[in-house]
Amino acid sequence: MAERSFAKEVEKLRLGNGQAFKGEGILAVTKALLQSGVSYVGGYQGAPISHLMDVLADAQDIMAELGVHFEASASEAAAAAMLAASVNYPLRGAVAWKSVVGTNVASDALANVASGGVTGGALVIVGEDYGEGSSIMQERTHAFAMKSQIWLLDPRPNLTSIVDLVERGFELSEASNTPVMLELRIRACHVYGRFLAKNNLRPAFGLAEAMRHPVRDPDRIVLPPANFLHEHEKIDRRWPAAVEFVKRYRLNEFLGGSHGEVGIIVQGGLYNTLIRALERLGLADSFGETELPLYVLNVTYPLIDDEIVAFCTGKRAVLLVEEGQPEFIEQAINSLLRRADIATRVVGKDVLPRAGEYTGQTVKDGLTRFLATHAASHLQQSRPRAVDAAQANVHAPESSAAAQDKIVALKDIVPARPAGFCTGCPERPIFTAMKLVEQDIGPYHVSCDIGCHLFSILPPFNIGNTTMGYGLGMAGASAFQAAGARPAVSVMGDGGFWHNGLTSGVGNAVFNNNNSVLVLVDNGYSAATGGQDILSSRADNARRSTRHPMATAMRGLGVKWIRTVRSYDVAELRRQLSTAITSKTQGPKVIIAESECMLNKQRRVAPLLRKAIGAGERVVKQRFGVDADTCTGDHSCIRLSGCPTLTIKDNPDPLREDPVAHVLDDCVGCGHCGETAHAAVLCPSFYRADIVFNPTRRDRLVRRISDAMIGFLQRRADARRARFAF
Amino acid sequence: MNPARSINIAILAIGGQGGGVMAEWLVEVAERAGYRAQYTSVPGVAQRTGATIYYLELFPERTVLAAGKEPVLALMPVPGDVDVVVAAELMEAGRALLRGLVTPERTTLIASTHRVYAISEKSAPGDGRGNAFNVIEAARTRAKRFIGLDMDQAARRGGSVISAAMFGALAGSDALPIPRALFEDVIRAGGRAVEANLKTFAIAFDGAAASCAAPPVVPATSVVPATAGAIAAAPAVQPLLARIETELPGAAHAMAREGLRRVIDFQDLAYGELYLDRLRSIAAVDRAAAGAQRRHALVVETARHLALWMSFEDTFRVADLKTRGARFERVRSEVGAAPGQVVDFTEFMRPRIEEVCDSLPAPIGRFILGSPALKALLRRPFGKGRQIRTSRLGGFLTLYLLGQGRRIRRSTLRFKRENAAIETWLARITEAAPIDYDLGLEIVLCQKLIKGYSETRERGGRSFESLMQAYEAAKATPAFAAQLRSLRDTALAGVEAGGGSQGRAASG
Repeated sequence: MAERSFAKEVEKLRLGNGQAFKGEGILAVTKALLQSGVSYVGGYQGAPISHLMDVLADAQDIMAELGVHFEASASEAAAAAMLAASVNYPLRGAVAWKSVVGTNVASDALANVASGGVTGGALVIVGEDYGEGSSIMQERTHAFAMKSQIWLLDPRPNLTSIVDLVERGFELSEASNTPVMLELRIRACHVYGRFLAKNNLRPAFGLAEAMRHPVRDPDRIVLPPANFLHEHEKIDRRWPAAVEFVKRYRLNEFLGGSHGEVGIIVQGGLYNTLIRALERLGLADSFGETELPLYVLNVTYPLIDDEIVAFCTGKRAVLLVEEGQPEFIEQAINSLLRRADIATRVVGKDVLPRAGEYTGQTVKDGLTRFLATHAASHLQQSRPRAVDAAQANVHAPESSAAAQDKIVALKDIVPARPAGFCTGCPERPIFTAMKLVEQDIGPYHVSCDIGCHLFSILPPFNIGNTTMGYGLGMAGASAFQAAGARPAVSVMGDGGFWHNGLTSGVGNAVFNNNNSVLVLVDNGYSAATGGQDILSSRADNARRSTRHPMATAMRGLGVKWIRTVRSYDVAELRRQLSTAITSKTQGPKVIIAESECMLNKQRRVAPLLRKAIGAGERVVKQRFGVDADTCTGDHSCIRLSGCPTLTIKDNPDPLREDPVAHVLDDCVGCGHCGETAHAAVLCPSFYRADIVFNPTRRDRLVRRISDAMIGFLQRRADARRARFAF
Repeated sequence: MNPARSINIAILAIGGQGGGVMAEWLVEVAERAGYRAQYTSVPGVAQRTGATIYYLELFPERTVLAAGKEPVLALMPVPGDVDVVVAAELMEAGRALLRGLVTPERTTLIASTHRVYAISEKSAPGDGRGNAFNVIEAARTRAKRFIGLDMDQAARRGGSVISAAMFGALAGSDALPIPRALFEDVIRAGGRAVEANLKTFAIAFDGAAASCAAPPVVPATSVVPATAGAIAAAPAVQPLLARIETELPGAAHAMAREGLRRVIDFQDLAYGELYLDRLRSIAAVDRAAAGAQRRHALVVETARHLALWMSFEDTFRVADLKTRGARFERVRSEVGAAPGQVVDFTEFMRPRIEEVCDSLPAPIGRFILGSPALKALLRRPFGKGRQIRTSRLGGFLTLYLLGQGRRIRRSTLRFKRENAAIETWLARITEAAPIDYDLGLEIVLCQKLIKGYSETRERGGRSFESLMQAYEAAKATPAFAAQLRSLRDTALAGVEAGGGSQGRAASG
């Protein structure tokens, strides 16, 4: 079960003609798919499109009513390959993933489907994880669109535009026999807005029909001689058809004024940011009305040469707002204007940064520079907003230089907040153990993977040398096979394992007789992407087949050395890890560290516990604490934990100045503090409290007897101390 | 062109604080109040304890209807274009200021004044906390209006979470032209934990309203030790207290009283006398070195650090502290146990063979530690971690009896070692201070390195020793005080670099 339930939101998918849909961008896309009459949907979760997968998983009833097949694909490559269903049949299908990483994985299948072309509309929805909040390499999906000739849509970030473009995307795909990508930036995926819904569409031609009447066309298969034919088809037939469609249905928009010496070309996804920048300069209003001519690229690939030529003709300069690099669009426009012999200056990365996200401030600064050079008259007309000017008088701020100093000084005070393991996370003890092993036997190379466990590279653990991609942790260590040297250790999660690590990592190591050590995190979910179920999940899932242990799969592959350890058992993990590293046995050694993802466990267990307490059942809740009077404030426990609930507070001891360790109320009693205090021989300050709800008579009796005798001794000791009290 | 403009609101929170819940509530309030609402966020991995930002724009629905077209709302805040910033934690308010989101022309900054410490602040070996005061100062300077209140406390008192407190504070700030009742309606409509959410909302609402009337004050951290209560001094200690008055400079009285209380609590009255004897000689050094001009810092700091060192945390001390009645009550309240609720607590102790020997009479302890075979033999039974349930009779008696070891403490190996080290340290202070007052003071402060248990303690002790060696080698050098200070800072920071417990050779 996923981290977030969309049971309520799913009902929105049933809205019909003229009803207002209100919700998140990615849900709107889901609705748009149903309105477009898709037959199948697949994908792989990952921010920012996890919610799309979660919604679809929760919407199976609705999908079933419409005859839509939904699959939680094994990987993006598996999802992309699903599009094969649209090659021979008029079936609409959509797949989704996090990009650019997902597109990397999918690119083999994508290139194949793009080469042969499609009959039914094939849509790839990519959540472009770029800029603030991103956790991946900063690259553009645009490059994939160009290399495989897949059309790329970049809609204005409002739900109406996004939904329209999903629907048009299918039509474009069919009109040009080409798969289409819809690119949504992080904020657009998560934006809450509204649009007018339409009825869902049951596909006229269903999967069943296709299966009953198979169609075979060797010309659609990537093998000589058809593969050579495809390239020509792309250029001679599919590309012109796409251009024609984009022009006819005006997918790109000419907004703003129609005259002037300068204009702006903007990627659709950046339109709102541009308008706000213009508004701040007094050159647009809240509705986007402006005198500056704008050409909005809701389709960023292919470019429509005629439209660009028409827009640029007669202008001295155009500003191109294109995020990311290389600046493919800028290069293309320059080249086509040159060919058309038009002298308009294309100003892009010379006033806007070459790299990095285009924030509101960035665009405003670039715009100002552009206007100052090419249209100074506009800048003179612009006036700071009257409202702001009036308000400025209300408050007399401290002299700006002094105030600015105070702000700048905050740089050294405001701490960074790197992502970290959640409270009670079962992955934390794994890295505590790895740190202790490092202290026992010296440093060793650690190859990391993708998943929550990658937070190990951040403080306080600072463990890990490289990460090469999802499921590739073990493959990333495969070169380190020098005889006699301490083997490298790799880390992989269950998500990455099933995504590809089983073959790329474990199988590879078995086949090559590699000596690496793998720590495999088994927390029962694809946790980092939102707690989706996977093959080895322990939970029963009515629609998926779960409970397939990773150990069984690895034994099947020929792994001989496998140990399974409860992940909170720091001492045992440490022992097994040392054994594995120092073992003389040939071949890969795998330690499975298993314990349920705490975030999901709490979501599952907390309501049950509340209910049990309410029903009068005996329930014991555990949590940890620190005795302030024995804590000396050296914080070594924190350096081996980083748990959000293990923090510091003012030292209540008047003699001591350094803050003491302290456990917050949200402690879930995972036991890590106690295990670590023991394993690392830290200090005696930790205690565990067992809080009993609805105690039995025996509980109460034991308590009473203990309290009586303990109380007697305590009172005696208090009396002794009272003789010296002051 | 149309002069209408959106109301722009940024919410800064830490992953897990419920910033998203707050944003969703706010959308609903805004829609009920006749606004078109748009909100977005970039949670991603930041959802896992990182800093997150939620951004909302509200646009009057009637203006949309009048214009017959849709407003274009931004998806991220632009400096100079934000009306309200709500920060769920003080340093997140600092982050908003750094990002330029708070401007004097427009921005009302509503911030919780409580702290959620970042990993860098928590893991520093000493005190790595950022200065909260500077953030509040900057907020006051920079915001059009600054409203600060402890939302964490509001949430605790109300029995809910911080998102409800943020919501209440926003309503109470009067920054939005939306009546309180609408906010409360939305909480009710949510249908989950309604009572606790409403209570928290109300507390934060009042807190924000009060903060509007009177700007928030930064809670000052006490510098001078607070004297615990006003208990009349027991007759037995009165002569000792009188000694403080007569033998020590006034500036050191408060600290010396705390120190005295500590060492008597640790051992007995005679030990208290010893403490005062030692302080008296330092006071003489201070007097000779014109310490009055330095507000007797040498005596004050020696009073502090001598007491800390003399009350070193040996096994007996830990056992004693763990078994006290007051500690039992404190633990119960810390874990939020209801009166009469059955609570058990378990200690995690792992004394190594070294600590065991430390607690034995010195000759025996030395003999065992000196014999590798014996040490190895005993390591097995003593080397294990022990969980002791102090709240049950068996566990309690174990620790209680161990706590009685105080009576033989003076004969133990540990006591003899610490006592000798203290004497040497005091001798160095006495030697250095007359030549260079600062150097004397720096030597006093080096005691900071001596803390923790087991290997942490040993490592600190080694650092301390190497600093003392440095002093011995260079004591004639002018301005060595500054050098010693920087060496000490490096040593303290070195604990960090060394990780949890480097150099584990000593244990198994």
